[in-house]
Amino acid sequence: MEQQKEASTLGMWVFLGTEIMFFGGMFLAYLVYRLKYYNEFATGSQSIDITLGTINTVVLICSSLTVALGVKAAQRGKRKLLIVLIILTLIFGLGFLGIKGIEWYQKYQEHHVPGISFNISDIQHAHPQTPLNPGHAQLYFSLYFALTGLHALHMIIGIGIFLALLWMAWKGRFGPDYYTPMEIGGLYWHFVDIVWIYLFPLLYLIDRKHIP
Amino acid sequence: MSEHIIPSRIYYMIWVTLMVFTVITAAVAFVDLGPFNTVVALIIATFKATLVVLFFMHVKYTSEKMTKTVIICAIFWLGLLLILSLADFATRASG
Repeated sequence: MEQQKEASTLGMWVFLGTEIMFFGGMFLAYLVYRLKYYNEFATGSQSIDITLGTINTVVLICSSLTVALGVKAAQRGKRKLLIVLIILTLIFGLGFLGIKGIEWYQKYQEHHVPGISFNISDIQHAHPQTPLNPGHAQLYFSLYFALTGLHALHMIIGIGIFLALLWMAWKGRFGPDYYTPMEIGGLYWHFVDIVWIYLFPLLYLIDRKHIP
Repeated sequence: MSEHIIPSRIYYMIWVTLMVFTVITAAVAFVDLGPFNTVVALIIATFKATLVVLFFMHVKYTSEKMTKTVIICAIFWLGLLLILSLADFATRASG
């Protein structure tokens, strides 16, 4: 059993390694275009809501705590505590997606979603001394939606995994001898948290004070 | 199973540290440090990510060397991708 658990954990880490490459490519695209079209990226970054971004970071860190405590509860066979912690994790996860949805809806109302109604006249108006290229600004918002969208997709998958874990916990499947699903489900959840730990500074923070 | 059980106190301490550094990094974003805004934000993010990996993901407590090898390799490849590509793009004469 011990060896099986180690094999499963290692398998999850190999999968997370491929995920690092998957997100890494998109982070690289963001960093390269930020160098190339700095004005549009900095003003675009200043237009997204830092308060909602910070709240979402806090929500995800809280969910990581409930997951870490949940793995421990599973390990010690505490069924009721585990069920409560999984439900709390699901609430935090759904809360994150809800706040993300509010943020996206704001962008939609501001015509900042790339597409036919894309319009950055409000951003241009806020920075009259810097001529902005709407095409380059679309690139910023395309990467913003691709990165946050891909992350949100991982959150939705994570919620699916934790619903399955809730079912298994309800059935009393976990105990000191067997809690591998909770352990590797937790690894996945923490990984998605780490992706956000990097997305948050890159998208929201680093260009906040640099007025092009 | 002789699995190491980590005291909950450690998880709470890590959680508090992560929260404190989230507030610090958000506050620093409003101070103009020039290019160091990026440096400080990424150092704090890396510190937070390291805490999550070591404690929440139990890497500090695992005896499995293959897991650590996989993690180090993944970070190494990511480093190659980012550092070599950015070294290229950042040093081009014309954008």
